Amino acid sequence: MYAYDELDRTLINERVSEFRDQVKRRLAGELTEDEFKILRLQNGVYLQLHAYMFRVAIPYGTLSSKQLRALARVARRYDRGYGHFTTRQNIQYNWIKLAELPDALAELAEVGIHAMQTSGNNMRNVTSDQWAGVAPGEVEDPRIWSEILRQHTTLHPEFSFLPRKFKIAITASEHDRAAIKIHDIGLRLHKNADGETGFEVLVGGGLGRTPFIAKTIKPFVHGRDILSYVEAILRVYNQYGRRDNIYKARIKILVHELGIEKFAKEVDEEWKQMGHSALTLDHSAIEEVRSRFSYPAYEKLPHMPDELKQAAADPLFERWRKNSVAPHKVQGYSIVTLSLKPVGGPPGDATADQMDAVADLADKYSFGEIRVGHEQNLALPHVAKRDLPQLWRALDRLGLATPNVNLVTDIIACPGLDYCSLANARSIPIAQELTRRFANHDTSDMIGRLHINISGCINACGHHHVGHIGILGVEKNGEEFYQITIGGRADENAQMGVLIGPAVPYAEVADVIEDIVEAYLALRDRPEELFVDTVKRLGVEPFKERVYATR
Amino acid sequence: MPLVKNGRIITDLFVRVADGEELPGNGDVLISSERFLADPEALLRRSGKTGVIWPNNRAVDDLVPYLDRLAAVALVFPTFRDGRAYSQARLLRERHGYDGELRATGQVLRDQFVFMSRAGFDTFEVKKDADAEAFAETMKRYSVFYQPTGDGRVTALNRRMQLRHSESAGQ
Repeated sequence: MYAYDELDRTLINERVSEFRDQVKRRLAGELTEDEFKILRLQNGVYLQLHAYMFRVAIPYGTLSSKQLRALARVARRYDRGYGHFTTRQNIQYNWIKLAELPDALAELAEVGIHAMQTSGNNMRNVTSDQWAGVAPGEVEDPRIWSEILRQHTTLHPEFSFLPRKFKIAITASEHDRAAIKIHDIGLRLHKNADGETGFEVLVGGGLGRTPFIAKTIKPFVHGRDILSYVEAILRVYNQYGRRDNIYKARIKILVHELGIEKFAKEVDEEWKQMGHSALTLDHSAIEEVRSRFSYPAYEKLPHMPDELKQAAADPLFERWRKNSVAPHKVQGYSIVTLSLKPVGGPPGDATADQMDAVADLADKYSFGEIRVGHEQNLALPHVAKRDLPQLWRALDRLGLATPNVNLVTDIIACPGLDYCSLANARSIPIAQELTRRFANHDTSDMIGRLHINISGCINACGHHHVGHIGILGVEKNGEEFYQITIGGRADENAQMGVLIGPAVPYAEVADVIEDIVEAYLALRDRPEELFVDTVKRLGVEPFKERVYATR
Repeated sequence: MPLVKNGRIITDLFVRVADGEELPGNGDVLISSERFLADPEALLRRSGKTGVIWPNNRAVDDLVPYLDRLAAVALVFPTFRDGRAYSQARLLRERHGYDGELRATGQVLRDQFVFMSRAGFDTFEVKKDADAEAFAETMKRYSVFYQPTGDGRVTALNRRMQLRHSESAGQ
């Protein structure tokens, strides 16, 4: 965990006072709605279909139990008793009252949580691998660098009014759980031939109506230079990114229009002119940030404790363990994913009571630490293996032990037309129906890893382009239709899915997905061949035939 | 429209002269970049001070040869969501060493004062009287800054390192 010091706390409190003044001026009519809009967006406040929506940052997906309890308290006191975890390590509240927002922010500030830059055309919450610091084989803990970037991007005097939003993600593992290739800047931590830490820098990824996979702009930027290099990218973007058309304003369009070579040249020229600047991080500066992270005092524990051997006799426990428990870098410990995708539930939602209970479990079993992943699930990152059976029973009682992590019902979905003023179609009821269709855990186990991503409009908050199966809601003559893509992925081999054919009406979506899955089961050459690999091997044609032959 | 300079509301001594208009024989003027670049030497020889209104879509490089003789550079925020002039301001101050008046014009609200000041602006054409009056108070809103810019404010990181240094020195 990163421990905020007096300076971090002061800044957050100063931001709360500023926002309180902005709300006051809006309510007094001193600010027009147009002026206020930009200001509230810089602090995570959207106007949705029914109410204001409030998005709170969970930087690089790390929470303490105390912070999670504060999120629960806000859900209970200022909202309707629940919150929604998003695909970018944020939590959203959907029913907040404007006049109460400053108080909610002040309560969160007490535990070092803020909503700065969770929306608006600025540098958004820096995200990372939810297994950072605990995943085996990691180069080093990417949260150190995430925190360096979090600080650097917070209230940046030059880049708070960019052409469009700007998202940075960092990974330090071979398997990319942070989806860096669909970010404006993706950073892959690795070491050069001399064993020095640095980053492969990718730029120009993003979804929305013009999706692009990020391209490598520099294979290695030394850690000490990462801030100046990022700043050079942003300076080029701030000056030359398009501002005439909101749909062409993301950096991906600038990179695409200039071409990556020309864009890289512009950035390099800017970077060279910066030279050795105050942004260069010397060793002691990096160590200063590193020293503010604390790590658990792990015990020396056996690889296979008796408790785990005994519990293995229970097939329900075993099913959950095989699905939701991942190896930890320290022997005797595990990383446990808590599915927020119960059968029939809206993906990513948690009630205030669940949040409180998870905070208690984190204190008891995970050194008080919780993680939030972009798949909209939670994780307890340091669970002793001997505690797994007890933890499982507790999670099961809370409805947080659905053994569907990475399976067909572990669906990513945006709020869709149920909440969002941008949406063309509903997302949540589609997800709910799919979780009912595939409610049988034996079936979903047999299907294996399969990511379904649903967006209710072209803005792609549900990351439909990179779902193994992507579902995009569109509107046709006032009715909800859905385009289906297959073969997308968001990991280190990220690519966009391919459209299988004409959009289908709301009522047929679940049938079509069942058809696609059945086609896959018939087509895969062995049970271990994942859906996405079968699509890669065979292309979309056989799936298309299956879906449209009878329609 | 009130003008705030160095933290105080002052009378604007510069007169904006449109491109077709005749320049006054003396007195301080703000003129467009086109007019200035058409004959910079003649303009800089005037007895009054000369300032240039520089658009936010033109690189400041073209202005660099004249910076040490210019009395003011006015950068433009067509709307406050258009942040290009922040980059221009930092480049003028930090890369090109400009130390004359750097003026923020356009849609300037109190909510940008701290950002603008950190980017190097010292003069503000403020849209609303109430915002201009609140200038000093608004500038006190923040006491912690994460990024090093040319404004000289000490960053949080440097404060921490100093603290650490003094702690270890005291042991």
